[in-house]
Amino acid sequence: MGLNFISSILFATVVAGTPLIIVALGELVTEKAGVLNLGAEGTMSVGAVAAFAVAHHTGNPFLGILAGMGAGILMSLLFGISALTLMANQVASGLALSIFGVGLSAFIGKPYESVALASVEPIRIPLLHKIPLFGPALFEQQGLVYFSWVLIVAVAWFLYRTKAGLVLRAVGESPVSAHSIGYGVVRIRYQAVLFGGAMAGIGGAFMSVFYTPMWVEGMVAGRGWIALSLVVFATWRPARVMIGAYLFGGCMIAQMFVQGSGVRINIPAQFLSAMPYAATVLVLVLISRNRGTIRLNSPASLGQTFLPDA
Amino acid sequence: MKTRNLALATLAGAVLCSTALTAAEPVKVGFIYVSPVGDAGWTYQHDLGRKQMEAAMKGAVTTKFIENVPEGADAERIIRQMAQDGNQIIFTTSFGYMNPTEKVSKTFPNVTFFHATGYKSGANMGIYNARFYEGRYLNGVIAGKMSKTNVAGYVAAFPIPEVVMGINAFARGMKSVNPKAEVRVIWVNSWFDPGKEREAAMTLIAQGADMITHHTDSTAVVQAAEEKHKEKGTWAFSYHSDMSKYGPTAQLSGTTHVWGEFYIRTIKEVLDKKWKGTNVWGGMKEGMIQLAPMSKSVPADLQKQIVKLEGEIKTGKLHPFAGPVVDQAGKERVAKGTNMSDSDMNSMNYYVQGVASAFPKN
Repeated sequence: MGLNFISSILFATVVAGTPLIIVALGELVTEKAGVLNLGAEGTMSVGAVAAFAVAHHTGNPFLGILAGMGAGILMSLLFGISALTLMANQVASGLALSIFGVGLSAFIGKPYESVALASVEPIRIPLLHKIPLFGPALFEQQGLVYFSWVLIVAVAWFLYRTKAGLVLRAVGESPVSAHSIGYGVVRIRYQAVLFGGAMAGIGGAFMSVFYTPMWVEGMVAGRGWIALSLVVFATWRPARVMIGAYLFGGCMIAQMFVQGSGVRINIPAQFLSAMPYAATVLVLVLISRNRGTIRLNSPASLGQTFLPDA
Repeated sequence: MKTRNLALATLAGAVLCSTALTAAEPVKVGFIYVSPVGDAGWTYQHDLGRKQMEAAMKGAVTTKFIENVPEGADAERIIRQMAQDGNQIIFTTSFGYMNPTEKVSKTFPNVTFFHATGYKSGANMGIYNARFYEGRYLNGVIAGKMSKTNVAGYVAAFPIPEVVMGINAFARGMKSVNPKAEVRVIWVNSWFDPGKEREAAMTLIAQGADMITHHTDSTAVVQAAEEKHKEKGTWAFSYHSDMSKYGPTAQLSGTTHVWGEFYIRTIKEVLDKKWKGTNVWGGMKEGMIQLAPMSKSVPADLQKQIVKLEGEIKTGKLHPFAGPVVDQAGKERVAKGTNMSDSDMNSMNYYVQGVASAFPKN
C-alpha cells in the first residue's frame, strides 16, 4: 500500500506540473528576448477552447494540440502587433491579452460546455512502465508529458549551445547593441513571442483535452499566472523551471494525500492549500539567492520597448 | 419654442408614466448569477428555474439575467442597475450578494428582492435556500450499502457551515446502514477549479475511496470517477445538477436543486400583492431538492428502500439530523428524541461520527 501511495503521488505530481512547465518554458524564451508577455492566462484559455473544439469535432486529440498551438500563436501575434510593432507598453498589452483571452474563450466555448470528451489513453513505454515506484510516473504518461521533457532539454540547448540562442539572449540583454551589429531585433522578438504563444496554447490544450477532458469557462484557473511567476522565481533557468513546477505540483498533491488519508492531523486545510505556493517560492528563492546569478540570468532589457532607429 | 418643447416632453413623460402604471405589460424579473450559466452546477440550476418560470408565466413576466457577477462591490452596482432598469422583482443567487442586496433594497422600496442562501431579510427582501442535506443523506445511504472499501471521498470547497452540513448528512446516511463506513474530506479551497477538483478526486480514489462526491461547481469529480470506474470500481454522486452525462456508468445518483416551482409561486404572490415576506428553506417535501435519477447499477431493493426513505423525509418522519447526533470527539450535540434545529444546522462547525478527517479549524 505504501509503495502504491508514493507511486500515485509521483504520477499525479508529474501530471500537475506538466502544463506549468510547457507554458513557463515558452514564457522563458519570450522573456530571454527581452519581452514580458503577461498574456499567458488568456492565451492558455483560448488554446484550451480551440484544442477542445477541434478534438471534439475530429475525434483526434493530436489535431487538438495543433489547434491549441495555432490559437496560441494567433493570440501572441496580437500581442506582438501591439507591443512590438506599435510599441505599446508590454505590461499593459499583456494584461489586456489575458483579460481578452479569458473572455474570448468563454464566448467561443459556449456551445462546447455541454460536451464531454473521452479521456485519452496514456502512452506506455514497454517494460519500463512496470518499474515499481517510478514506472507509471515516468513511462505511462500522456504524450505531452514526454514532450515537456524534450522541451526542457531543447530550450536549454537552444539558449546556451546554439548561435541563434546566443543572438536571442543578446537581443534580450541589449537590443541596441544587437541592432547595431545587424540583427533584426523586432523580428527575433516576434519569433520568441510566437514561440511563447505556441507553448501557452499547447499548455491550454493539455488542460482541456488530456488533464480534465472538458471545456468550462475559467478552467485554466490561474495556471497561466503561476507559470509566469515560476519563470521569475526560477531566475530564467529551464532546469529550475522544471524543479519549481514539480515542486508546486508535488506539494499540491501531497497535501491532498494528507487530507485524504483519513488520519486526523490538525493542520488547517487553508494552510495546506497555501503550501504549494509558499514552498515553491521559498525553495526557488533559496536556490537562486545569489544576487550575481540573478543579475546574470535576468534579461537586462526585459519589458522595455525597442525603437529600431533610436 | 423652448417652452413648447418642454411641455411636449412633460406630456410625453406623463403618457409614458401612465402606461407603465396601468401595468398591462409584463413585469420585468431580473436574476443575478455568480458564475457562467454553463451546462451544470449551481447557476445552471437557477437558470433552469428561471426558464421554467418564464414558460409557465408567459405574458405576465419577462426575465433577464446577468451572469458571472463577482461577489462584492461590483455586485451592488449591477443590482442597482437592474433595479433602475425597471425590474420589479430581482433574485440574487449567491451568498456574497447578501449585503449589496440589502443595501440596494432600501433605496428601491417598490422593488421586491430575493436573496438565496443568506440570512438578512427586510420589508422588500425575502430569503430562500434549499435543504440539500436531505438528498445528501440518501446519497450516503446508497454509498453505505454499495461501498466495498467502506470509504467515501468528499471533495469540498470551503469549510463553511453549508458545506459541512452536507458532509455530515452524507456521513450519517452512510453510517446508518454501514457501521464501518468512513468519509474522507479534501478541501480544495475553491468553488471552481476543475484541475484541482480532479486531482482531489483521484487522490481519494488512490487512497481507497470507492464512493466519490463533491461540493464544488464543476463536473470534474464525476468525470474522474468515470475514468477510474473500470479499474477501481469507483462510483460517484453528483451535486447541484444531474451529471450522468459526464459519468454514464459511474454516477449512481446525486442531489439536484430545483428552483422553478419556487420562482413561479413566489412571483405569483408578489404579482397578486399577497406577498408578505419570504423565508423559505425548502427541501424534498417542497420539491426544491430532488434525488438525481438512480442508475440501474443501484440494486432494485435498495432503490425501493431509498424511495421509502425519501417518502419519510417528505412526511418529516425521518430527519437526517435526528438525535442522537454525536460529533467526532464523542460529544452529544443533539439528544435522542429531538431533531437538530435549523439555526444549529446553519452554524455547524464540527464533523459528526463517521467522518474520518480532522475538522479544519480556522
